Amino acid sequence: MNLDRRVIFLFIALAVILPLLRPLGLPVLPSKPVQKMYDVIEDLPDGSRVLLSFDYGSSTMPELYPMSLALLHHCFKRNFKVITMALWPEGATFAEQALKEVAEEYGKTYGEDYVHLGFKSGGLVVISAMGENIPETFPQDYQGKMVKEIPVMNGVQNFQDIDLIFDLSAGDPGIPAWVMIAQGRHQKVLGGGCTAVSAPQYFAYLQSGQLVGLLGGMKGAAEYEVLVEKKGTATAGMDAQSMAHSLIILLILLANIAFFSQKMKKEKR
Amino acid sequence: MEILGIWIAALLTLALYSFLYKDNPVYKIAEHIFVGISAGYWLARSYRDVVLPNFWNPLLEGNFLLIIPGILGVMMLMRILPKIGWISRWSLSFIIGMTSGLFLITYLQSNAVDQVRATFLPLNSINNVLLIFGVLTGLVYFFFSKEHKGVFGVTAKVGIYFLMVAFGASFGYTVMARISLLIGRMQFLLFEWLPTIPLFRGLGGG
Repeated sequence: MNLDRRVIFLFIALAVILPLLRPLGLPVLPSKPVQKMYDVIEDLPDGSRVLLSFDYGSSTMPELYPMSLALLHHCFKRNFKVITMALWPEGATFAEQALKEVAEEYGKTYGEDYVHLGFKSGGLVVISAMGENIPETFPQDYQGKMVKEIPVMNGVQNFQDIDLIFDLSAGDPGIPAWVMIAQGRHQKVLGGGCTAVSAPQYFAYLQSGQLVGLLGGMKGAAEYEVLVEKKGTATAGMDAQSMAHSLIILLILLANIAFFSQKMKKEKR
Repeated sequence: MEILGIWIAALLTLALYSFLYKDNPVYKIAEHIFVGISAGYWLARSYRDVVLPNFWNPLLEGNFLLIIPGILGVMMLMRILPKIGWISRWSLSFIIGMTSGLFLITYLQSNAVDQVRATFLPLNSINNVLLIFGVLTGLVYFFFSKEHKGVFGVTAKVGIYFLMVAFGASFGYTVMARISLLIGRMQFLLFEWLPTIPLFRGLGGG
């Protein structure tokens, strides 16, 4: 029994497009790792310094960008001082775009309430250097201003002056590098958001307590959007996600039924 | 200008998805554009965000120690000249040696010692029992110095089942990731690109 794979592509496309056009409104319930992350951020005192590292590119934008927005909403709502950076070149652009989208809503000023340090190549080496001296690792911000002259960076020397680090990770460099240096070497409180592909690997860090919370894929982003009451593209995509998954489960069942029925027919002959 | 950007992105998306029907020149063009732009973007960002603030500007301010990494960087570029390509191995060996020295212990601590420590759990819940049992049987499966027979063989087989469950979960997450990317592109096409065409202006509330 042969089925043209393009027929399957067509059905998957329909399973995604139709719920986007006509949402079903299926509930999105926060899972334990996401709730934990939310609670840790919620428990930080006003004015805490949060470092967000945008370690992803455009290929994982649908999963990690909504996560970035939801986190920024939470940080600005809680009046935290936000420092953003990127270990991936495109991440710097996404950080700038996300800050532009969210900061204005909360009346936050660049330099006073948040700063974007930009991209730096080197992964582990960059994180390691930041543990010693952040202004030396990032002498200038994304706009080319001297970091030492930016008010929000006053008193920020290294990781000891940061209250929480959150890594938005699409691969390497990403969560494992931050776990090794920021958590392992400097005992910093570390949270992570990652693509669904890498989530199973990083659950080990969550179980061991090296990560305080973990947002996995678009689902993790949707759950965080629900918690911060800022529904965005991730929540809007959850119906399509559920429909596509249901279709794939159905196709797996049908394929197995077809396989075993053919096998039984052959055995009868 | 913004609409032009949306149209370029939409046409490139459709060009890439045309591969699902079959391989074709339009797909190839889009693929090459993506690779070229990514490389150019990476180069420009690295120059602006790394070379200038961390090397060139401090060097001009008198930090002459930076000449050493600068020379190592230039030596690395010798790879493009086949006759003296061997010079790049000096820089490479410096990077490998330095990375090993700086991060070997940290890597072992974070990815081995802390993970082993996290399995020392009291047997007071089903989750803990499952976790310890899964780790032990999984490790038995990877012990190849003894033939997998008898009690040892059965334990290794149980380990395989645990591994299969882990692979299944991993596959499920992979499916979720791929569908998420498709959703992201569809949201863009439906709610950002189509509304630029007068006929579809109502889509996405626009």
